[in-house]
Amino acid sequence: MNINDRVLRQEERAIFSLRSLYGRYGYALYKMSKFEEYEFYIRNKDFLLSDAIITFNDPGGKLLALKPDVTLSIIRQTGDLPGRVHKVYYNENVYRVSKGTGSYKEIMQVGLECIGDIDRYHTCEVLMLAAESLRTIAPEGVLDVSHQGVITALLEASGVSAEAQQALLTYMGEKNAHEAARLCAEEGVAPALAEALNTLITTYGAPQTVLPVLRKALAGLVDDAPLNELAQVMEAFAGTPLEGMLRLDFSVTGNRKYYNGLVFKGFVPGIPESVLSGGRYDPLLRGMGRTAGALGFAVYLDRLEMLDATAEPYDVDTVLLYDDSTSPAALCKAVQTLAADGTTVVARRHKPEKMTYRRLLTIREGEVTADETDA
Amino acid sequence: MRPMLNIALPKGRLGEKVYAMFEEAGFGCPSIKENNRKLIFENEENGVRYFWVKPSDVAIYVERGAADIGVAGKDILLEYQPDVYELMDLHIGKCRMAVAAKADFRDDRRRTLRVATKFTHIARNYYASIGRDIDIIHLNGSIEIAPILGLSDVIVDIVETGTTLKENNLTVRETIVPISARLIANKAGFKFKTQQIETLLSRMEAKTHD
Repeated sequence: MNINDRVLRQEERAIFSLRSLYGRYGYALYKMSKFEEYEFYIRNKDFLLSDAIITFNDPGGKLLALKPDVTLSIIRQTGDLPGRVHKVYYNENVYRVSKGTGSYKEIMQVGLECIGDIDRYHTCEVLMLAAESLRTIAPEGVLDVSHQGVITALLEASGVSAEAQQALLTYMGEKNAHEAARLCAEEGVAPALAEALNTLITTYGAPQTVLPVLRKALAGLVDDAPLNELAQVMEAFAGTPLEGMLRLDFSVTGNRKYYNGLVFKGFVPGIPESVLSGGRYDPLLRGMGRTAGALGFAVYLDRLEMLDATAEPYDVDTVLLYDDSTSPAALCKAVQTLAADGTTVVARRHKPEKMTYRRLLTIREGEVTADETDA
Repeated sequence: MRPMLNIALPKGRLGEKVYAMFEEAGFGCPSIKENNRKLIFENEENGVRYFWVKPSDVAIYVERGAADIGVAGKDILLEYQPDVYELMDLHIGKCRMAVAAKADFRDDRRRTLRVATKFTHIARNYYASIGRDIDIIHLNGSIEIAPILGLSDVIVDIVETGTTLKENNLTVRETIVPISARLIANKAGFKFKTQQIETLLSRMEAKTHD
């Protein structure tokens, strides 16, 4: 099949490329039903971005929901077997409330999940595929990486109430060092811990620059295992074309109830929010009585349409005006000839008023000429 | 060519004060001082583009990426909770979000408290945190007259000097949160214009600590 790349939207191009990318690394396409039992989502509603879910009754009276999330459904379909790792990718629509309009929206997502007996290699692989996914969308993309283990350990070490810890987590996500400092002072957090928290909020950038600063700031305050993991994973990118895309940034935080390891978000120029989000979510599986480890990410394809905004200056390349002097057969042939180079052609009896076009042609008695009225 | 840093400024006196701070930090744009009705001003030399927008809209411009950075009151950030970075407290435009009522008001916990406010989210969060059952009456202005006319028991509003409250026989009962102007940034914009934003921040921090 010959596909003209011009007719594809950004998200469609991304789907083709990403599916091919994930397939090359042994991830199998996972196809699932559009709906699941409502109760299943409600049990895990904190994991969802919103608890507003479209529900309906099936003919048997069971309450079903249109899928608001893919990860939960995939987890449900995988089992725990020692030494076994499920590697799947998906390309599915999910149904969520849009923040802007407050109404439901169908959102297309591509993503992958790696669930089972996973090790450090799998972490590197998933992060690498996240970075490659971003590079596919825009080579100048930035992948911000942090570690939930570092964040959680520091918050717990602070000794403040769960409510204050949640507020500190919010301030971290906002890079809001001044409010975090105020709260630490109010709550009587030890100066060394408050200072470490400030460093975590205000230090970001290339891993080789940030890691030594963090090691110094956190030394003796929290277990260094999470930072060691971060360092080891970053090492896997040294000298690769993806190295420059990675930044350590602890404003990337996850829900502590579900995330425990690396968490990351991807950004590309021209889109004001993250286009990719993921992390390690073992606690979610623990909550379901599972022993496996899990990590994955999703690419928000609906957000890519912003990249198309300036792609096409015209609605159509050529408008061909015709009248009864040309037979339908001759007109068909003329349109086919004009469209043969891959450009777009529209045949009209009258000059279109609300359509923008690159050139206006006329066909009379089978002969195509430039239209004289074309200004 | 370096990319332009797009800055949303709140129209009015606060915005003018903020612009002066940016100018002092080396991000000036002389055309902004011309007396005309233009709303967008550029200075290629300094790599900045300023917009004057309604103060309550600054956070929207920044969250949606039309502006890379902007200055918004903490009241707006708490009320609308935009997904942005809050990089700095500028320590200007200081006031407080407070609960006010008539001088003779006594809170009867057996009744639902009627709260008139423009800041429904802040009011709801505050009363939820103290476990008080309330009824929110959303108003867009002249909040102070609501208790006088019996529309509400209390109001939740911004208090600067307290003069308006005093003139309407109201007194502050509780301070919910102190308010001041904050420098905010779009999360994606920050990734791609980090150096410009950091330069601005460090220069402004130096000035505010002088």
